Amino acid sequence: MSNWKMSKVLPSEITPREVYQRRREFMLIAASAALAAAMPGGLFAGEKLPNLVKSAYGLPDKLTPVGDVTRYNNFYEFGTDKESPAQNAGSLKTRPWTVAVEGEVRNPKVWDIDSLMKLVPLEERVYRLRCVEAWSMVIPWVGFPLAELIKRAEPNGNAKFVEFVTLNDPGQMPGVKSSALDWPYREGLRMDEAMHPLALLTFGLYGEVLPNQNGAPVRIVVPWKYGYKSAKSIVGIRFVEQMPLTSWVKAGPGEYGFYANVNPAVDHPRWSQAKERRIGDFFKRPTLPFNGYAEQVAQLYTGMDLQKFF
Amino acid sequence: MAGMSQRAKTNKEKWLSMGKSLVFLAAMIPLAKLIWLGLHNGLGANPIEKITRTTGYWTLTFLLITLTATPLRALLGWNWPIRWRRMLGLFAFFYASLHFSTYLVLDQFFDWPAIVKDIAKRPYITVGFPAFVMLIPLAVTSTNKMVQRLGGKRWKSLHGLIYAIGIAGVVHFWWLVKRDISEPVQFAAVLAVLLGFRVVQAMRRKYRRNKPVLNGVEIS
Repeated sequence: MSNWKMSKVLPSEITPREVYQRRREFMLIAASAALAAAMPGGLFAGEKLPNLVKSAYGLPDKLTPVGDVTRYNNFYEFGTDKESPAQNAGSLKTRPWTVAVEGEVRNPKVWDIDSLMKLVPLEERVYRLRCVEAWSMVIPWVGFPLAELIKRAEPNGNAKFVEFVTLNDPGQMPGVKSSALDWPYREGLRMDEAMHPLALLTFGLYGEVLPNQNGAPVRIVVPWKYGYKSAKSIVGIRFVEQMPLTSWVKAGPGEYGFYANVNPAVDHPRWSQAKERRIGDFFKRPTLPFNGYAEQVAQLYTGMDLQKFF
Repeated sequence: MAGMSQRAKTNKEKWLSMGKSLVFLAAMIPLAKLIWLGLHNGLGANPIEKITRTTGYWTLTFLLITLTATPLRALLGWNWPIRWRRMLGLFAFFYASLHFSTYLVLDQFFDWPAIVKDIAKRPYITVGFPAFVMLIPLAVTSTNKMVQRLGGKRWKSLHGLIYAIGIAGVVHFWWLVKRDISEPVQFAAVLAVLLGFRVVQAMRRKYRRNKPVLNGVEIS
């Protein structure tokens, strides 16, 4: 009968008192670890982007220091001063984030940012950036060709242009409360421009996730065009038949064109585009046609009067 | 009694000249700050743009402060702003000279063809350059001796140029801004009030002069 015996409890099996008392904390940590495992990715500004593919897109130019790249920005959603984006963009929430690919396509899809980032391996590309205000930088971007995304969307025969729409949230973007531009910020490319291998869907710079002020979590970079063509913090990519009315064209059609190809021969009505100041340099340097990418992109515009289609 | 008022007068003079020295030091702060930032790598990614913007901003600010002296005397009976006006006007010229030198040396580095093209083709420079040039005779004729040599009336009409300079300066700022005109609008609003005050005063003076008089009594 009484061979029932209390099994001996080893001291090592007893939960230490301090652990027992912290059990709630322990469960919280375990739960968040599980949650993190269930939602991989979720990279935030400053984190290293893993497994970058080395690309052939290098430049002999000296890189612009990362401090200048991240503290001298035109991103009117966070204020019109160059210093404002770095000061104000902390309020931008880059997760959760979706990008709606829609319009004249066979495969419309709302992409989650973390799956979009894994579409194809990310590569680093060093590009020149020329602002319409006649300054320039050299930046190592991280991304993949926009064409990769467009191919998967399968545009139909009506798709002549691609429109990029930036987030428009006054709660996160103090600048959109002002009427500096007509929000949301819109930019666009002709289909052949968007499909060009140089057009980069960009997630990072200097090997790290894009800082918010540089257009996190996803932007485009079109290196042969003035900087304003490279829309930041994109939430929508629309394929359309008509040339989109972009924000800067709407703001000043006589001053900002849809094409906005870097062109030293066509001045902005209020300042010369013949030269530029590379950030960090004292002397100005001559601006190159198509920002130095003429060999790759000039054929996109054969037969076009670039004085007229500026 | 007379001694007392004499002492009060010297006291007032003492305060005025001390105030003037303080204003002088305060007017140097923007330059001191620029130099300090320049020495400590604090002018940002585009230091030349920063220096140009800052010196331009303070040129306009001092121009507008100079233009407040007359309304303050007329409205509040204050005479001291008039006594500091020459110094403040010279500060406007001082910052304008720094502004122009920054453009000439740091921005264009004596690229004369580019400068001539800028003046001819860029509206904001077309209007800004003559504004600076017009400031030069005003600065040159700012001494007491020059006032005597020109005679009060001629001196006064020459210094009427300040109204054109003020307008040209604000237009210069307005036209160079890409999209966000909030700062130029603020300058324009202050300038409009200051010039508007003078227009109203001139009209009132004219009206008073033209008032019909009947048997030595004004008819109103």
